[in-house]
Amino acid sequence: MSRLSSCFERVAAENRAAFVTFVTAGDPTHEASREIVLGLPAAGADIIELGMPFTDPSADGPAIDKAAQRALKAGAGMHRTLDIVRDFRKQNDHTPIVLMGYFNPLYAYGVDRFCTDAAAVGVDGLIIVDLPPEEDEELRLPANAAGIDVIRLATPTSDDHRLPTILDGASGFVYYVAVAGVTGGKSATTEDIKAAVTRIKSHTDLPVAVGFGIRTPEQAEAIGRVADGAVVGSAIVSMIENGLDETHMPKDGMVKDVLDFTKKLADGVRAGTKG
Amino acid sequence: MSLNSYRTGPDEKGHFGKFGGRYVSETLMPLVHQVEKAYREAMQDPEYLRELDELNRVYIGRPNPLYYAERLTEHLGGAKVYLKREDLNHTGAHKINHAIGQVLLAKRMGKTRVIAETGAGQHGVATATVAARFGLECTVFMGAVDIERQKPNVFRMKLLGAEVKPVTSGSATLKDAMNDALRDWVTNVHDTFYIIGTVAGPHPYPMLVRDFQSIIGRETKEQIMHLEGRLPDSLVACVGGGSNAMGLFHPFLDDTDVKMYAVEASGHGLDTDKHAASIAGGKPGVLHGNRTYLLQNEDGQITEAHSISAGLDYPGIGPEHVWLHEAGRVNYVSATDDEALEAFQLLCRCEGIIPALESSHALAQVIRMAPSLPKDHIIVMNLSGRGDKDIFTVADALGAEI
Repeated sequence: MSRLSSCFERVAAENRAAFVTFVTAGDPTHEASREIVLGLPAAGADIIELGMPFTDPSADGPAIDKAAQRALKAGAGMHRTLDIVRDFRKQNDHTPIVLMGYFNPLYAYGVDRFCTDAAAVGVDGLIIVDLPPEEDEELRLPANAAGIDVIRLATPTSDDHRLPTILDGASGFVYYVAVAGVTGGKSATTEDIKAAVTRIKSHTDLPVAVGFGIRTPEQAEAIGRVADGAVVGSAIVSMIENGLDETHMPKDGMVKDVLDFTKKLADGVRAGTKG
Repeated sequence: MSLNSYRTGPDEKGHFGKFGGRYVSETLMPLVHQVEKAYREAMQDPEYLRELDELNRVYIGRPNPLYYAERLTEHLGGAKVYLKREDLNHTGAHKINHAIGQVLLAKRMGKTRVIAETGAGQHGVATATVAARFGLECTVFMGAVDIERQKPNVFRMKLLGAEVKPVTSGSATLKDAMNDALRDWVTNVHDTFYIIGTVAGPHPYPMLVRDFQSIIGRETKEQIMHLEGRLPDSLVACVGGGSNAMGLFHPFLDDTDVKMYAVEASGHGLDTDKHAASIAGGKPGVLHGNRTYLLQNEDGQITEAHSISAGLDYPGIGPEHVWLHEAGRVNYVSATDDEALEAFQLLCRCEGIIPALESSHALAQVIRMAPSLPKDHIIVMNLSGRGDKDIFTVADALGAEI
């Protein structure tokens, strides 16, 4: 069984949702980013989404855009992102890692070579936000052959006509983007999210994780009650930004502050047991 | 695509060979499908086509002249040079052609707000103009660097009632403005129509913008038949994203005796890292909704383009151009900042026409090729815009005080 499937099975047995964290690989520096990622499981992360920095992240809001630019300035790139995963796997073989980003850096790396290398270091899934189902075959087939799930996104604009297209070929889990917008923007109501998750689940047996607009332990708890996973990205990334000095170098205690904040969110999700 | 025609693309998924496509976030996918459906229906609707035709005539001022540049021809001493006068359109450039078409689509789809990205400001002005004409709310995204070098156009947009949002991310030029426009669109999917300013972006935009711009080539064909009784030997146009070039070329693509030259901006030179020539200096990749040639580094990160002309300062090019390049139908050449500046001044003095810096790149190619061609060789160059907006940039480059 894949790490993702085992993870969702385990949290379901605990009657709760999976806590999914997002940080950008290499933000603010390779070393600090590595330290954060390696510390996430102990801070309660069930699944780690690791952003692959891109110069033009047109689906992201300011927090994650700035994180990508910081990382690139500090020398981040596809090889170093895989290095972080490799280091992580040396000490953790059960927490799933999903790489998230845009297609161009992966395409430049070479799709087949990337899938082979990513599988070798222990990547479990890929979310490529500018690769909709109509265009993802060139990545999905080699990724699946290498044992990597390509996670599809459903959104508030995915009606019942669109959903089958999204779910055909989906694996791992379904990522429900709770608001029409960029990352770090508005929040949807729990009622709307519950209705959307129920609708998606009527089309698929895959777990449904919800992201966009979850910033506080309270929100994480509420979403955890109605979904199989709650994703927090911009709020954690903003904590990293808050912990930097004027030269974008981490101040003392930045990593600890980020992981402490993550722990609070994780406690929120764990409090959100299903009724 | 059929081998006996260059005019059948894109396929139903929006691909020109392996280029083009629809690389946008899932939230936008239903939207781009709706735009495509609305566009196909509109093109079958006589009322839509009648309104478009009427606006082209009485609002834009079409058809604009195909002008024989007599003194330029004499000066160059070779081929006979005609200029297609898109600079005489309302708002001063070809951009109004696709802005009118798209605003009518927006209205038809019940949208109340339009957004656009702009580089030189010509597409922003065109969008602000049609938004004012139809009473729609309008926001234009423009790089902070471009706002600085295109002040007259920024003020024009504001006069026309548009909000101009400065974009400071990345290199603060056209590509970053397009990122912010996409971010706005995905956040306001219900009431907003994105008026894209070139033959790029997710399908159907490259097709739709090309079709609206093809009026340039259709008129040229009719006018040159009337003036010369035959088709031209060569067509020349500048290319950033490539809308004016595609508009001139497309109706002639199957007239295989007509040679075509698309001129990229090579800035400080192709051997430097300061140019905007995606075909000469880029490689295939995916950005802004389509697969095309992009300026990028080894890691697939997009690199900054450079051109003295803000309208060509973009690290990509429309996917159909890439297809035509690989098919060998169109010759992609380039002109530097300095060559464009020389050409700009020559046209001012020879013909009493101030060309846009963008169009001056096309003129640089004409200056290069015309002298060695026979006198019965006919060149049509697309004078895609007027240069009033560029006088500050030109003064600066020439070291003159205004």
